[in-house]
Amino acid sequence: MNRNGVTPRAPWQLVGLALVAAALFVIPIVGLFSRAPWRRLPKLLASDLVTDALTLSLVTSIVAAALATVFGVPLAWLLARGTFRGRGLLRAVVTLPMVLPPVVGGAALLFALGRRGIIGETIDNLTGFVLPFSIWGVIIANVFVAMPFLVITVESALANLDPGYERAASTLGASPLRIFWRVTMPMIAPSLRAGIVLAWARALGEFGATVTFAGNLQGRTQTLPLAVYVSLESDRDSAIAISMVLIVVSMTVLVVLRDRWWSRT
Amino acid sequence: MKNIETALVCFSEQNRLSRHEATDRGASVEFQHMTGRLNSARWALLAPVIVAALSALAACAGQSDERTVSVFAAASLTNAFTDIAAAFEAENPGTAVVLNLGSSSSLREQILSGAPANVFASASDQIMASVIKAGNAATPRTFATNRLAIAVPVGNPAAITGIEDFARPELLLGVCAIGVPCGDLARRVFELAAVTAAIDTNENDVQALVTRIEADELDAGLVYQSDVATNPRVERIDLPDAINPMTVYPITTFDGSSVEADAFVSFVIGPIGRRLLSEHGFGSP
Amino acid sequence: MTLDAEIRLVRDDFALDIELQIAPGTTTALLGPNGAGKSTVVDALSGLLPIDQGHIKLAGRALDDPTGHANDSGKAVFVLPRHRRIGVVFQRYLLFDHLSVAGNIGFGAHTGSAGAWISRLGLEALAHRFPRDLSGGEAQRVALARAFAIEPELLLLDEPLAALDVSTRSATRRTLARHLANYAGPRLLITHDPTDAFLLADQIVVIENGRPTQLGTPDQIRQRPATPWISALAGTNLMRGIISDGSIKLDDHDFVLAAADRTLNGAVLVTVHPNAVALHEAQPHGSPRNAWRTTVAAIEPLGDTTRISLGAPLPIMVDITPASTAALGLRVGSPIWASVKATEVGLTPSDD
Repeated sequence: MNRNGVTPRAPWQLVGLALVAAALFVIPIVGLFSRAPWRRLPKLLASDLVTDALTLSLVTSIVAAALATVFGVPLAWLLARGTFRGRGLLRAVVTLPMVLPPVVGGAALLFALGRRGIIGETIDNLTGFVLPFSIWGVIIANVFVAMPFLVITVESALANLDPGYERAASTLGASPLRIFWRVTMPMIAPSLRAGIVLAWARALGEFGATVTFAGNLQGRTQTLPLAVYVSLESDRDSAIAISMVLIVVSMTVLVVLRDRWWSRT
Repeated sequence: MKNIETALVCFSEQNRLSRHEATDRGASVEFQHMTGRLNSARWALLAPVIVAALSALAACAGQSDERTVSVFAAASLTNAFTDIAAAFEAENPGTAVVLNLGSSSSLREQILSGAPANVFASASDQIMASVIKAGNAATPRTFATNRLAIAVPVGNPAAITGIEDFARPELLLGVCAIGVPCGDLARRVFELAAVTAAIDTNENDVQALVTRIEADELDAGLVYQSDVATNPRVERIDLPDAINPMTVYPITTFDGSSVEADAFVSFVIGPIGRRLLSEHGFGSP
Repeated sequence: MTLDAEIRLVRDDFALDIELQIAPGTTTALLGPNGAGKSTVVDALSGLLPIDQGHIKLAGRALDDPTGHANDSGKAVFVLPRHRRIGVVFQRYLLFDHLSVAGNIGFGAHTGSAGAWISRLGLEALAHRFPRDLSGGEAQRVALARAFAIEPELLLLDEPLAALDVSTRSATRRTLARHLANYAGPRLLITHDPTDAFLLADQIVVIENGRPTQLGTPDQIRQRPATPWISALAGTNLMRGIISDGSIKLDDHDFVLAAADRTLNGAVLVTVHPNAVALHEAQPHGSPRNAWRTTVAAIEPLGDTTRISLGAPLPIMVDITPASTAALGLRVGSPIWASVKATEVGLTPSDD
């Protein structure tokens, strides 16, 4: 018996439903691994298709998570602390990509930043640079779908932070920027880290907005999810191998980070 | 349209079912009150609701209109088959054609995974062959031919003149992905023309590629002649036949398919189908 | 270094109107119940809330002067919190959880001076600990050191003892008093607890509903509380009665008290300080005008004194030393004689 008191026995009904929920996640992964072409696996994983996609996915998702942090934290701060009109509307717009089908997001990005988009056309005319079909197109699509996760996490942490700490810092002579760096950010660090991980994970798995906005070209815009999709129609074994890479990479990062600095709140 | 109607019927069916269950729920609550087993009463409430919902879903999935023909057709057939289906429905009142359009390769994967197709019209005889090899299908018949052409946005802003322009890296160029018939065909064209193409995107079906060219997101793309024949939103640049192999479109039905499915295939091959296909830029076999 | 403040502002139906003058080296307590406006005073002084009228001047420098009357330039002045040099010890201390004790103290300190404050407050052993590992009293000392480290021109203590439990409060209060004595500037103690005010302050300003209701030394306040709130909390016995010819007929008790003042007539507030009541084993000698036989209803140790609650006919509180309690052998229910000199019976004419 536990010294801290007896834990109430879990109601069987809850356990039953929980097992169904868990099975929903476990069984598809088992299914995928059961179809794994183990013998061809080393050759498949060493193919240019897989290595190109893996490299591209890691680079774009990390850059996207970094950009989402650099721009998302100030936005979260504005949403949590700002007292301007239309704040509720802005928050709704910012969280829209979380519920919007990513394909719609990709289309919206095309109409804004594509070669004939409202901003993209100007950029093209001035610099000749076109975002879609480039690695920057992938990154922007990733930031678009991933940043809301960071903003929501950080905003809620900021809203829950006792404003007294920032006041205390100001009576100690700290400037607003110093307060932000030395007090606010360190105090919400656990949520910030969780937000970064969520944003990165979302970027790594991003498909719809990427394929719509950035196109599909091996080595330039074909990330792991795109490679899976393309291979599903030409080479199933290859698709399974790439899916396994995605699962292993994601699981490794999530498990390592969870112990290191995610769950510590 | 028919699809949506069926779905609506299904939906209201479900509603009716759950209302019916609601009265049972009331009775069940009363009973459990009397026996004083409130806790399990809650579960007694939930269980019939879940069962009802699941069985309604099952009933829905099993529900099928016998007068529906489910046609899986290559994306390049989108416009032609939309017209053919309408003409077929007009000639056969009470029969509905449900079109499932996509790249031939993705349709093959759907069919091999057990999707309920009655008719399959492919843009590649190789893909058709792999479907036939899996069994259950009738011997395919060729009903149309096609070739590739260069499509450019209206006005040809990048001043494309021929297949050689696909080697220019400064242009934004698209083709279909490898494995998709129009993609494999495009690679064949580059090979024959001895062009090292500087491709910017591999689209998963030809319809997506055409749409990107229409929107001027790409300077040029290799699409089917049929895609540009009647499309006012793109301009067409023909390729010499020497570097532009012809591709054929086979069609088949599946075992256990209805009379309507066979009738549809005959309609496609027949004079009206041939005329409509020709209007959309397809060649005759 | 003197604080000269005249704070007038209105916020959502609440009006604050109070003057504070605090000389260097003295402690003024702002004493009042919750909702009296104490925290608004803290906000106004520290610069989180601009005042509507009046002025805040510290060491001759205008910090908030909306009308420009209080400074030579004649222009409106508002100094931001970070430029005010007011050291604040917050109610829950608000130490930064992610910084060590040394990091907290060094946050606002001039380079290199943090170490001096750590040793001055006797925090060497705690310097590398984090706030979550500190006791309440330790946290308070760190908060105090952090405030001292900016070398403030005013020390503002916002309920510095409220977060502590009763068992450690008096020890911490003594330590606080010692450290306050070492600070040469003006000190303002915000509190709802009269004990803190009486023991730590040189001057007390009582605030109720946004206005000062009494101003004086702790003794003055204790002996002549002006409102029922102060009286109740200061532990003074406050009663209502009708006086005529030096005899007070109490409203709520069947008892007549004699007073020294024979000129007063009509309704009065009567105060009898717990220290002014004497207890005796037998009927007292001499002739105190107010002496009566009663019983002990309750005994409550209260730090350096023991508070005795008496039973009928006059249920009042009496403070005596623990030694006297032992000498008299007091227990709940013990029979006892009580006496009060007529001159110790305080009188304030009552309006009603």
